[in-house]
Amino acid sequence: MPLIEAERVALRYGGPAGTLALEDFSLTVEPGEFTALVGPSGCGKSSFLKIVAGLHPISAGIARLHGVPIDGPQHGIGMAFQNATLLPWRTTLENVLLPLEVSRDHRATFRRKRREHEARAMALLRTVGLAEFRDHAPYQLSGGMQQRANLCRALVHEPEILLLDEPFAALDAFTREELWGVLQDLWLERRFTVVLVTHDLREAVFLADRIHVVSQRPGRIVKSRVVDLPRPRTLATTFEPAFVDIVHELRDEISRVRRA
Amino acid sequence: MNTTTRLALAPWIATAALLLLWEVGCRVFAVEEFLLPTPSAALAALAQYAEAIWHNAIFTLWVTLLGFALAVVFGLVLGVATGASRLAYAALYPMLIGFNSIPKVAIVPILVIWFGIGAVPAVLTAFLISFFPIVVNVATGIATLEPELEDVLRSLGARRSDILLKVGLPRAMPYFFASLKVAITLAFVGSVISETIAGNRGIGYLMLQASSSFRVPLVFAGLIVVAVMGIGMYALFAWVERRMTGWAFRGQTPIV
Repeated sequence: MPLIEAERVALRYGGPAGTLALEDFSLTVEPGEFTALVGPSGCGKSSFLKIVAGLHPISAGIARLHGVPIDGPQHGIGMAFQNATLLPWRTTLENVLLPLEVSRDHRATFRRKRREHEARAMALLRTVGLAEFRDHAPYQLSGGMQQRANLCRALVHEPEILLLDEPFAALDAFTREELWGVLQDLWLERRFTVVLVTHDLREAVFLADRIHVVSQRPGRIVKSRVVDLPRPRTLATTFEPAFVDIVHELRDEISRVRRA
Repeated sequence: MNTTTRLALAPWIATAALLLLWEVGCRVFAVEEFLLPTPSAALAALAQYAEAIWHNAIFTLWVTLLGFALAVVFGLVLGVATGASRLAYAALYPMLIGFNSIPKVAIVPILVIWFGIGAVPAVLTAFLISFFPIVVNVATGIATLEPELEDVLRSLGARRSDILLKVGLPRAMPYFFASLKVAITLAFVGSVISETIAGNRGIGYLMLQASSSFRVPLVFAGLIVVAVMGIGMYALFAWVERRMTGWAFRGQTPIV
């Protein structure tokens, strides 16, 4: 059974006469799969993440998680956005622990299991190379390090699904490519399901198993492409003809979509 | 002299320069004392009536702090309500703005009708004039929570109360402490206005008595005392602000 299913989903913002963000949008995501959504800006990619997170009700069609229609905030979802939004009055470790303090599944036992949770958070921080910055304030971290901490925060409650909305878009090219590796390591180690929204085609091809191209608004999927490059992928992979071919193929498709 | 010392000395020198200009101006143009006394005359009056001024100033300080304390409690509650709930914001904000636009001088006579002459109208005037900036700042701090962060928390099934407690309130604290500095100086304006119109004690009352008997240097001595108390309280709350929300003042430059 697919983990996430969208069947002919439509999403309209602002009442019956509002903007149609998605229409006839169908997509399935298998458990453990790394999916990327690419498309022109404003095409409704991000809206789909909000639907999966249960933050926005759909206007038509069906969206299911584990085969059950989504009707509100779900269990086992982690989210990260372009803006790291770490809380400036908390240390890195305290920031990473925040989801456990407030989430429906953990808040009741947070104090009792503090030790266990801290160990979990530290394991994540170690994987992304931030262990020694556990007691630093966010302002003491560079943009790339803040985004690493943001990833840890999105994963600390061990969600089944990680929803990423252009998480690396605000970073410089070097840091961004470095973080592709960090995210891939986390994913290879833990095998959660990822839906990544990005407009960076190289990023999508580097990270994803399957890439869906979304049309202009109202968004729907116009092309799906399996990326069967071996893992772990490295920066060297990005210069191989197979990689470059996929990027070109997707770029052509996006150009077509934008002209349409 | 390095920059730090120069910055530390600057306010003292600027103030001394103003007093000097005032003193020299009065003497050169031979301004009558009942129009504008020299600062030295004001200081002489301050020394001469030190005891009376001291008692009244302390009274005014208490009245002001009491009104200010009410404003802090009321401002926090109303700020949290209007910042956290769009409904409360829509319902209350126009009223708050309208209320804040009313000159407080116009309210003092009403307060006197209700509570009689004395400390109560002064406390209430200090309160009424100083709560508004606290409400606005706290509400702004809470309402400007990043939408992405709100999505992250809501997707975890976080309760609104948790979001408010763990994120909204701490986030609003720098705004809150910044507003205290403004509010305390306004509170002095309120209490002195009320004492001047309908007091029987306090620095405002003293100034009214002095001006009605043409002891203008004493009026100016009173003004100086109010100004000094205002600066002192401002400095105190600026210090509290830095102590409580230092994280909001730290530079954005990463150390790594």
